Amino acid sequence: MSRLYVARNPRAAARSLDGEMMIMSGRDSTLFTLNRTATILWQSADGTTPLDEIVTRKICPEFEVETEVALRDAENLARELASHEIMQLSETPIETSTKRSPLAGDAR
Amino acid sequence: MPALTEREQLSVVIEVGGLAVRVNTTDPGFLSLLQDRYAGYVGGSDRASDQAEVEFDVELVQPGFGDPEADVSVKHRLGRWSLERGDFLAEWDPATRRGWIRQSSNPYSIDAVLRIVHTLLLANRGGLLLHSASAVRNGKAFLFAGVSGAGKTTIARLAPPDATLLTDEISYVRRQGNAYVAFGTPFTGEMAKLGENISAPVATLYLLAQGSENRIDTVAPGEAARSLLANVLFFAEDEELVQSVFHSVFEFVNRVPVSRLTFVPDARVWELIG
Repeated sequence: MSRLYVARNPRAAARSLDGEMMIMSGRDSTLFTLNRTATILWQSADGTTPLDEIVTRKICPEFEVETEVALRDAENLARELASHEIMQLSETPIETSTKRSPLAGDAR
Repeated sequence: MPALTEREQLSVVIEVGGLAVRVNTTDPGFLSLLQDRYAGYVGGSDRASDQAEVEFDVELVQPGFGDPEADVSVKHRLGRWSLERGDFLAEWDPATRRGWIRQSSNPYSIDAVLRIVHTLLLANRGGLLLHSASAVRNGKAFLFAGVSGAGKTTIARLAPPDATLLTDEISYVRRQGNAYVAFGTPFTGEMAKLGENISAPVATLYLLAQGSENRIDTVAPGEAARSLLANVLFFAEDEELVQSVFHSVFEFVNRVPVSRLTFVPDARVWELIG
């Protein structure tokens, strides 16, 4: 089974405020407020760490959930975020731009 | 004063929030209309063109040009801004700061163009146009945000004599250092009354809610940001500027207290303000 890689779309604007991660689609200005799992996924989506590794290393230790279930949920979540063009999804590592959006991943 | 010739260019400078827009026309009637409509915001027409953020040449066309209820389209193409609604077309080149507007002789079309232009000018400066009434009291500006029907006009009408109304509809906010300053605007709502052309540091933004008592409640930062984003006036289909505006909202929320103001529609609500 091939591995999935996820990366933040630099065209999406993201800010964390008081623990809440909010992302705005650059495409249609839709605003998303991420829950804890989605926030971990977003923050870990560097394009080079496989999704299953993010799940086992970052998500499972946070929640009492089986790896298989967590991986399925994370994959669904990643596909949903990708459908809104705020995340990129690929079966190969994703090269992310070194010129980072001034907002993307800005966690204050 | 020499008689106006058909080709003589007439100008008016309309300055809102410290940002000047020069409007050129050959029609004395339209010039007069603009001077009346923007009284208090009109600067000297002898002001140099290069002091204006934008300079528009207006081409007047016959009434019935188009539908003012049509959707607004604001696009950035080949380095130029293209603004379009049923009743106007406009283009503007930020590099040369020159542009043109095609509309009939009415104050509504150019008012919409000016609102859009100011959203674009502010987007790169960390400023915002907000759906909110605003007023100055005791040297501080208070903003009252809400969607249509939330009570912006009501709270503006209830303002006591010692409060100076900046706007009953569209608040103009610019960042200055680590603070924000609200300016009066000529952009009116139901009251059709121009705000006073003054400015003051923003003390609080209130999210309006009508209820059975007058009360102020704190608002969590995330909710404040979401509410503010819902009340930002912005039209451009431009990813970079959308990001700038998004960023500006969070900067604002980090620096300006945001509370919920529940009020009954009578003047006692102003006892809580200022």
